[in-house]
Amino acid sequence: MHLPPFFEIGSFEFGKHTVLILLSVALIAGFFLWAIRKQALVPSKGQYLGEIGYGFVRNSLGRDIIGEKEFRPWIPLLFTFFFFILVNNLFGSIPVLQLPTFSHPGSAYVLAGVAYVAWVFIGIKRHGFAHFMGKMTMPPDVPKVLYVFLIPIEFISNLIIRPVTHALRVFATMFAGHMAIMVAAGLLGYLVSEVGGLGILGGAGALFLGIFIFFLEILIQVLQAYIFTLLFAVYVDGALQEGH
Amino acid sequence: MDITGSLSVIGFGLAAIGGGIGVGLIFAAYMQAVSRQPETQRIIQPMLFMGFAVVEALAILGFVLALIF
Repeated sequence: MHLPPFFEIGSFEFGKHTVLILLSVALIAGFFLWAIRKQALVPSKGQYLGEIGYGFVRNSLGRDIIGEKEFRPWIPLLFTFFFFILVNNLFGSIPVLQLPTFSHPGSAYVLAGVAYVAWVFIGIKRHGFAHFMGKMTMPPDVPKVLYVFLIPIEFISNLIIRPVTHALRVFATMFAGHMAIMVAAGLLGYLVSEVGGLGILGGAGALFLGIFIFFLEILIQVLQAYIFTLLFAVYVDGALQEGH
Repeated sequence: MDITGSLSVIGFGLAAIGGGIGVGLIFAAYMQAVSRQPETQRIIQPMLFMGFAVVEALAILGFVLALIF
């Protein structure tokens, strides 16, 4: 089902995903550099749009979750995650491009890997290795005996399952949405060309189903970019906090 | 009529029931808590998404297993 790679350098395949990632970087950098080219007190439309996007990530994802004191150094990373994922997801709904980059798990793993390294690193730097591990694996106010079970469970859930699901959440929704549109299109084609007659009436139903899924998909694409960034902010907040 | 395909997809469907109910309960409890005490929203929201992520992890693992097997 994959488009073959355009060319290969050694074992590195340069395919449509790679092109889309490069395109998204160019689009995001281009748009925001254009938006702030002259920083007027009374913003132009472009600058206003850029400021809304930036302000949304800064306030609702950074300040509200990580907190007034700590959020400043995290804004660039949050901002990059949000718009990188958003643009790459929206590629899935743009005709011709029509491929969300994260429908390939590799790109999602890299992204969640960056996030994982960032929050584990800052947690260890802030609290020291032993204290950070204690914070991650030993919830407070539990009878001591329960730690026998809790430490392995919490270790697996917080430090192994967490980054994996962080990546797979965005992959699974993008992949499934992509497939759902394809299934609706396949259903339409089958009903109209193979069944005929009353099937053409059903084909109209399949067409509406496809359009419905298409718009649902746009909603999910935006939501997943938001959730990925939000969860990253929550993880950073958890790593920074004192106590458990 | 022949139906071919992988049974693991049905397994994923069954697994998604649990995740769906769990996520629904979490958001219902969140809405109730916030409507009773709107000022706690800032405190509850990170916990909401933490719990949501943990519950949804099960459905995602089901999805992965459906793809693998």
